[in-house]
Amino acid sequence: MPSISREEVAHLARLARLDLEPDELDHLSGQLDQILGAVAQVAEVAADDIPPTSHALPVTNVFRDDLPRPSLTPESALAGAPAAEDGRFRVPQILGEEQ
Amino acid sequence: MSGTEHGLVGRTAAELATSIASGEVSAVEVTQAHLDRVDAVDGPAESGVHAFLHVDADGALAAAADVDARRAAGERLGPLAGVPLALKDVITTSDMPTTAGSRILDGWRPPYDATIARRLREADVVVLGKTNMDEFAMGSSTENSAFGPTRNPWDMTRIPGGSGGGSAASLAAYEAPLAIGTDTGGSIRQPAALTGTVGVKPTYGGVSRYGLIACASSLDQAGPCARTVLDAALLHSVVAGHDALDATSIDQPVPDVVGAARRGAEGDLTGLRVGVVKEFGGEGYQAGVEARFNDAVAQLSKLGAEVVEVSCPNFVYALPAYYLILPSEVSSNLARFDAMRYGLRVGDDGTRSAEEVMNRTRGAGFGAEAKRRIMLGTYALSSGYYDAYYGQAQKVRTLVARDFEAAFGRVDVLVSPTTPTTAFPIGERVDDPLAMYRNDLCTIPSNLAGNASASFPCGLADEDGLPVGLHVMAPVLADDRLYRVGAALEQAYAGSWGGLLLNQAPELKESAS
Repeated sequence: MPSISREEVAHLARLARLDLEPDELDHLSGQLDQILGAVAQVAEVAADDIPPTSHALPVTNVFRDDLPRPSLTPESALAGAPAAEDGRFRVPQILGEEQ
Repeated sequence: MSGTEHGLVGRTAAELATSIASGEVSAVEVTQAHLDRVDAVDGPAESGVHAFLHVDADGALAAAADVDARRAAGERLGPLAGVPLALKDVITTSDMPTTAGSRILDGWRPPYDATIARRLREADVVVLGKTNMDEFAMGSSTENSAFGPTRNPWDMTRIPGGSGGGSAASLAAYEAPLAIGTDTGGSIRQPAALTGTVGVKPTYGGVSRYGLIACASSLDQAGPCARTVLDAALLHSVVAGHDALDATSIDQPVPDVVGAARRGAEGDLTGLRVGVVKEFGGEGYQAGVEARFNDAVAQLSKLGAEVVEVSCPNFVYALPAYYLILPSEVSSNLARFDAMRYGLRVGDDGTRSAEEVMNRTRGAGFGAEAKRRIMLGTYALSSGYYDAYYGQAQKVRTLVARDFEAAFGRVDVLVSPTTPTTAFPIGERVDDPLAMYRNDLCTIPSNLAGNASASFPCGLADEDGLPVGLHVMAPVLADDRLYRVGAALEQAYAGSWGGLLLNQAPELKESAS
């Protein structure tokens, strides 16, 4: 199995939207490598003809009737928001100024 | 010291329910006694049991007073009316903060109740507060809580297991007679084993996950924790059952777990076929754990069960498969913590973009284990590695389920030790993820296959005097078999133990507060 480089770990952190300190990156690189080495043995057992299982029990879509029903009020939905304004979530800028 | 010497807090939930219903004692008195016990042993966070992250004394006393008033008015109340309970802090409650043990949800108050919380309220159970846990239920020691570890009442220098260490410790410390846990890889059963208490992971889909903050959705299952098998069964029957708000909830009758616990207590297991899982023992298993496990198997045989050895060859691959499947689901589930709609937000100074704020918040808000698993999952799901890791792990999941299917064609239940070792010292494995992960070796297969499993106390290891658990596994929707076996074992041991195993735990120092 490929060993995982510090650059690869930094890339993963960007994909996962995680700011990591340099020492966290160092530490995690070693640990991820060790864990991936240990779990790679799953490749030994599962042959091509084995179907994958994504869920323990057979599940099917569950639908309800498309009828109006009570839901959260704007006040309760916003009560836990880090910032709110005019009955809406206030978020930092999403697009850069040039966009 | 035995449970009866603890007064009201030493009584079982079944006894308390009967006493409250008959008017021998009021729900308020019972609740106050447990709140006093929490005051005496739970704090301070640095040296007490620290089972609770939040105690709602006023709310609990008001709920208890309501039970008393309605009883006095002649109203019909639920089977556990007025009995106190400790709720794992991963279950949303609109009247109490819910943190899931994470800094990122510090102080968050959910806008809605989980189905479990609602059912407990409807059954007139008195919720005392929210219990400590590993962050987002990821861990086996409760050391991954952002708010400091819980201590094991058997030895305050040791971990109580995890992720539901707070729920299990609250029972062992006589702070509550009942608790709710959640189990993704062993988080109900492993803490039960390590604290000498009872913990049941129902069949996946048996208890609603609505309002359970997701760790790994295809594995998570909430269930009962208690000091006795009957108490666990009573709680199980209150929270289980179909829920239209959870698309994975099973729309079938709940197995008669209370009846099974009562029948099991008669102590006759004649006709029951028990399979000892051959793969779970030997190297890596503590001698005292194996000795108590063998005693328990002998005990089952003495009670009339027919014991055979069963091989489940793929169970040894369950652990590595789990540590690919779980992080993959975690990396996706924890993406909802984006600093926009609720929870922590860091670095929003007007100059930074939403993405920068998100990165900073997640970097500051998640602990080491959460980060480790998010990164692992991101890797396992990334293109180029998906087939080799996540895809292969899903195939192993099929093989584990097939092992169960073959085994349950021959036997009614399978047994193994719940954990390879007894409770270890706080700090010992905190930065050794692989050593920590091995705690869940025996419990993980049931999460992958979705079948019902439980841990029951089966004695103390000779070398350290700490509790050992017997792990019992039953087929999907045969949760009642767990209770039959557990109750039979409990009554068989009661003679030699003088009641519950927990009676042998050292008395906790009460603080002056």
